[in-house]
Amino acid sequence: MKITEQEVRYVAGLANLNLSDAEVARFLGDLDQILEHIGKLNELDTGIAAPMSQVLYEAEDTATLRPDVPVPPLGNQAALANAPDSGAGYFKVPQVIER
Amino acid sequence: MEIASLTIDEIREGLLARRFRAEELAAEALRFAEEENPKTGAYLHFSPERALSAARRVDEKIARGEEPGALAGVPVAVKDVIVTRGIRTTCGSRLLENYIPPYDATAIIRLEEAGGLILGKTNCDEFAMGSSTENSAFGPVRNPVALDRVPGGSSGGSAAAVAQGTAVVALGSDTGGSIRQPASFCGVSGVTPTYGRVSRYGLTAFASSLDHIGPFARTVKDAARVLGVIAGRDPRDSTSAEAPVPDYTKALDGNVKGLKLGLPREYLKDMTSESGSLIYRGVEVLRQLGCEVREIGLPHTDYAIASYYIIATAEASSNLARYDGVRYTSRSGDSATLADMYRNTRGEGFGAECKRRIMLGTYVLSAGYYDAYYLKAQKVRGLIARDFRQAFEEVDAVVAPVSPFPAFRLGEKVDDPLAMYLSDIFTITGSLAGIPCMSVPCGRTAEGLPVGMQILTRHFGEITMFRIADAFERAGGVN
Repeated sequence: MKITEQEVRYVAGLANLNLSDAEVARFLGDLDQILEHIGKLNELDTGIAAPMSQVLYEAEDTATLRPDVPVPPLGNQAALANAPDSGAGYFKVPQVIER
Repeated sequence: MEIASLTIDEIREGLLARRFRAEELAAEALRFAEEENPKTGAYLHFSPERALSAARRVDEKIARGEEPGALAGVPVAVKDVIVTRGIRTTCGSRLLENYIPPYDATAIIRLEEAGGLILGKTNCDEFAMGSSTENSAFGPVRNPVALDRVPGGSSGGSAAAVAQGTAVVALGSDTGGSIRQPASFCGVSGVTPTYGRVSRYGLTAFASSLDHIGPFARTVKDAARVLGVIAGRDPRDSTSAEAPVPDYTKALDGNVKGLKLGLPREYLKDMTSESGSLIYRGVEVLRQLGCEVREIGLPHTDYAIASYYIIATAEASSNLARYDGVRYTSRSGDSATLADMYRNTRGEGFGAECKRRIMLGTYVLSAGYYDAYYLKAQKVRGLIARDFRQAFEEVDAVVAPVSPFPAFRLGEKVDDPLAMYLSDIFTITGSLAGIPCMSVPCGRTAEGLPVGMQILTRHFGEITMFRIADAFERAGGVN
């Protein structure tokens, strides 16, 4: 096994995902199978290869920077319009700190 | 006016000859799309007000004698992961069932500035994660060519709408094949441009280093025209490229004599199927047109799936962290604490495939695993990109299948996620390299199911890609 049930529950916690016991069992099997396949990468000696974190083309270092010009922001009302709960111009969430 | 088979040129001609007005066309296109949509479920919802007001602007320009734009009066379907101001954008997810974006994606702004009419938003796999559109929270899409089959994914709704004739062209998004594979399954053209060619501003992020917006169309020329409109530098996306946008349609002269095409020998073992033999026939057509075909090597192909599913899920687990029940997602009912609210909202809101990928992505990024998985995968990605660079020193384009098989039946593959991932093999390599690639129809199987041939070229080599696809289409393709 590449992954344990305990690790599945730990990772779900890191990802803020509430999983049912059935989902934990399912993902344990799925992830194990996928990680088994991914293990294939170890066959390959990538010692000196440079990691590719983005698609690069030949351009000046600053080619992608835009001028820093202020523009009107979205605005409070528009930003809050899709919030499940808001009030007094803020997003509202369940209590974070005990009084 | 035969709405289901219109092309961009026919619309332009009709408008300028005053045979019909854009508003009449929009109304008829909407009526037809709403009537036909229940057969496939390609669209999730329509945007008649927006389409009609855009049409009126086109009519006013024509009345004033002004140039109405390259896409004047063209009905467009838009994948529901691309935000549209004031029009619900669900990403195929329960979490965004009621989300109404306060802004437009850059591609949407450019489409409308060119006179395009946005008819509505199309169904897709949740957050574009899937290869069949069965992962949508709002039900699957049926393939218009064979209604018991999937349209492919994740941009299944956009491909189906164009194939069904309920849109002339459509926008989709592609991270590992989500435009090319549904295009091949539905028998239309689908284009994944060079990474950075089209601004991602307003495209809901799945895997930022791999995400693309691209067009679907019934002809190569129409796809080329749409790409010409949406491509180009956008200050709002720092990864969008400064490179000038050529007129892609100018190169479509049918002449491919002397072009060198490479057939990757690593792909041949997966081409023994009926789909594979159609690709061989397609290659033969190109040879007859004067292309030189040779075998080439892409030696790291076998490692592409593993590399992709590490990078894509790692980026996804980070990008999808924003759906937390605070700013725009729906929120789970009763939670005593903020942390519980996050966990319940996400646990109830995400479908199985999104959860699976968030889990995998979180795992590969978790403490102690970064070097073994993410860094390793990025190094392999570099090797795969190098394979292509070396190939393009020898050839002008690579030709390949899009999918190992044609459209499969609804429900046939939902229970085996790894098998579904493995079927992305032909599309993922081009995605990792960030090069332009497209699917062009390449005949049908004995059962009548469409097959797509993939054409891949070097960075910003879209002109060569379109030239080959167009010449192939003009020659009648295969059959």
